[in-house]
Amino acid sequence: MSDTSSPPPAPAPTGSDDKAKLARLLLRDAGVFLALLLITLVFAFTAPYFATSGNILKILVQIAINTVLAAGMTFVILTGGIDLSVGSVMALCTVVGALIMTSGMESSLSIPLAVLGCAATGAVCGFVNGKVSTYWNVPSFIVTLGMLNIASGAARVLSNNSTITGLPQEFVDFGNLILGGIMPSIFLVALLVILIGWFILRFTVFGRMIFAVGANDEAVRLSGHNPDAYKIAAFTICGLTAGIAAIVYLLRLNIGSPIAGIGYELNAIAAVIIGGASLNGGKGSIIGTLAGACILQVLATGLQLLGVGDNYKPIIIGAVIILAVIVDTYREKFLRRLR
Amino acid sequence: MASAGIVLRLENVGKTFPGVVALSGITLDLLRGETHILLGENGAGKSTLIKLLAGIYQPDTGEIFFQGKPYRPKSPHDAQVQGIRIVHQELNLLPYLSIAENLMLEHLPRRFGIVDQKALNDRAEALLAEVGLDVDARTRVEELGVAQMQLVEIAKALGYESTLLVLDEPTATLTPPEIARLFSIIKRLKARGVTIIYISHRLHEVFEIGDRVTVLRNGRLVATQPLAGHTVQDLVRMMIGRDITDEYGFDASIPLGDVALDVKGLKRGPNFAPVSFSVRHGEILGVAGLVGSGRTEVMRAIFGADPKFAGEIDINGHAVAINSPRDAVRDGIGFLTEDRKSQGLLLDMPVDLNVTISDLRKISHVGLLDRGEEKAAVTELVRQLHVKTSSIETPVRNLSGGNQQKVVLAKWLFRGSSTLLLDEPTRGVDVGARREIYQLLWMLAAEQKAIVMVSSDLSELIGMCHRIVVFSNGALVGELPRSEFDQERILSLAYQEHVR
Repeated sequence: MSDTSSPPPAPAPTGSDDKAKLARLLLRDAGVFLALLLITLVFAFTAPYFATSGNILKILVQIAINTVLAAGMTFVILTGGIDLSVGSVMALCTVVGALIMTSGMESSLSIPLAVLGCAATGAVCGFVNGKVSTYWNVPSFIVTLGMLNIASGAARVLSNNSTITGLPQEFVDFGNLILGGIMPSIFLVALLVILIGWFILRFTVFGRMIFAVGANDEAVRLSGHNPDAYKIAAFTICGLTAGIAAIVYLLRLNIGSPIAGIGYELNAIAAVIIGGASLNGGKGSIIGTLAGACILQVLATGLQLLGVGDNYKPIIIGAVIILAVIVDTYREKFLRRLR
Repeated sequence: MASAGIVLRLENVGKTFPGVVALSGITLDLLRGETHILLGENGAGKSTLIKLLAGIYQPDTGEIFFQGKPYRPKSPHDAQVQGIRIVHQELNLLPYLSIAENLMLEHLPRRFGIVDQKALNDRAEALLAEVGLDVDARTRVEELGVAQMQLVEIAKALGYESTLLVLDEPTATLTPPEIARLFSIIKRLKARGVTIIYISHRLHEVFEIGDRVTVLRNGRLVATQPLAGHTVQDLVRMMIGRDITDEYGFDASIPLGDVALDVKGLKRGPNFAPVSFSVRHGEILGVAGLVGSGRTEVMRAIFGADPKFAGEIDINGHAVAINSPRDAVRDGIGFLTEDRKSQGLLLDMPVDLNVTISDLRKISHVGLLDRGEEKAAVTELVRQLHVKTSSIETPVRNLSGGNQQKVVLAKWLFRGSSTLLLDEPTRGVDVGARREIYQLLWMLAAEQKAIVMVSSDLSELIGMCHRIVVFSNGALVGELPRSEFDQERILSLAYQEHVR
């Protein structure tokens, strides 16, 4: 609706105002979590073994990688970009990390170096994505599609196209750790990434600018800022989280693999979108992303436990992704009418 | 005309949105071949009425009759098929297609099943000639300025036979000669028996073409009367329900300070004439010129939004290097763009974010936002500028045009900019809010801000400015002090290069 045609804000009666406020809160901020809760409850009552501590732990472990990738992806999507390269950048990072850890150094030195190596490799890939797409004004879809191939090739070259095994025992042990019997170490890493991302997006000037750039980068530029700097930063963060995801991968599977992460970028994007973000930028939240990642994994596990065949699972999950966006569109319309 | 038949009849039409009665009890007859002026402030219900006719909304109560039969269009396309065509205020062109393709989109001429490029361009050229737009029909729409796009929209409507044509603020971006051309088109259509509903905020112009006028206020019909015998004052009184005396309120008591912005020999490219002008603290400098005369482009170049080829810019007597908007903002320049929706505002973001984005350092410590401080600062500015919004957390999309414009001004006040470049600050702003913006500008002048005001509305420039510079064909062709303001002289300057 245009500014001139929209009816003036009406002094609505307070009763309906409160109701509207509540509806808004439920629909906008808690909607994804309600959906997650609902899906979880349905499976808890229908799928055998779903509501067991063992299964929940398994879900938490399986969520970790996608959650980390999706956290970084949230930054990029908020600026209005997309990063298709995170899966293969992660693969490249697992190779780099595994190579460092199997290089024969003391593990007390090689493990921190490997962690740094993963993070740095990812961040550099992300920076290149951002720099190239902003400097030459190439859509990020294209640049990151290219990076997907480049990183994948680089991973094969570095690893001689083979899986790297034999990681230090301390590292492997940490990956298997379940803190207090309820918190897998790798899920804790994922949670930490989400928390940091949430803090940055919500409380910092930088986070504010990420949203603003996605909402209207030309207006941001004409307000005296350099939108490209924020876009590059978002891509760098996304690359960095791909590096962290690689560490999580190494912790969980204990191998560096050039063919790791195929298709992971799409799962990450799906989590962000289910979490309520708009591909046009400017709208979304990292907490929503966490919920989106949970929904995807809960669905996958739940359907499996229900005995739905592996061939049918993607069909259902695909439908859910589309449904989530349709629901979101209607929710927006409904919210606009409430105002 | 009294003998002419009724083309369109609205009987007790009403439309309600959640919490708002947008229209109620509207009963109105439109006659064949009349030009009917529809007036009202923003939010009065004009746009809702248009959208009912366009098939975008359906009325909740009452009935519309078109050529004697009940009229219930299901979609804009349906409305067009039945003979009602709307030129909306917002432009609905496809930016990556050519002008010709946009004009003919619904009936692309075909030969052997493929688009006949020659016929397409020939027909498009003819339509462009009719609206007086001297641009190659193969030009992509994205390369046009806003006013040119507006003319393309009008040309598009002319390409189809319609019984009722609705023009929603067609002149908002047009300059006097373009308006004159539009009016002659309207008169031609009228002679053919086309009924026209004409909406405008520029009350002076409606007398030239209007037969009757209908005024809406708060969703109700105030009056439908012959236009002859009314004055602008009458219309304003009907629209707002009270008198407005001096619209502009020129304040001669404000002392003029030193030169704030001095533009010396600015060239946007090797083949442009150098542009020089200056504006003092406390002064309002008007910039007149046709659309495309370079007035917007020069403002953008000063602000660093587009590259400069040559020239020097002095701020408060010191030469500064402005290579990006960032530099300009640092040097105390604020820019209100002609298109606030795409360039000035984050439409889906709340008011407070839109204001503080000009200087987030002010509301943060070591990179962390202080929301409390932000809210306090924005609340204060919203109060000072009388921004009407239900809360500072409302998305600016929900604000009226005038209030959106105030948010843009608030953004630069928050930054503390001392020189303001305002490109069409009252465009798409209704009479009441327009006056508030004028008052606001005088408040800013009194605070010794230097103001450069670009406008297509000459009476506005004459009413508001200390001096006026005139652009034509990319060059600055004249400068007039207030004592020499004269509409005809400004126009002849604006035209001098165009008369060949």
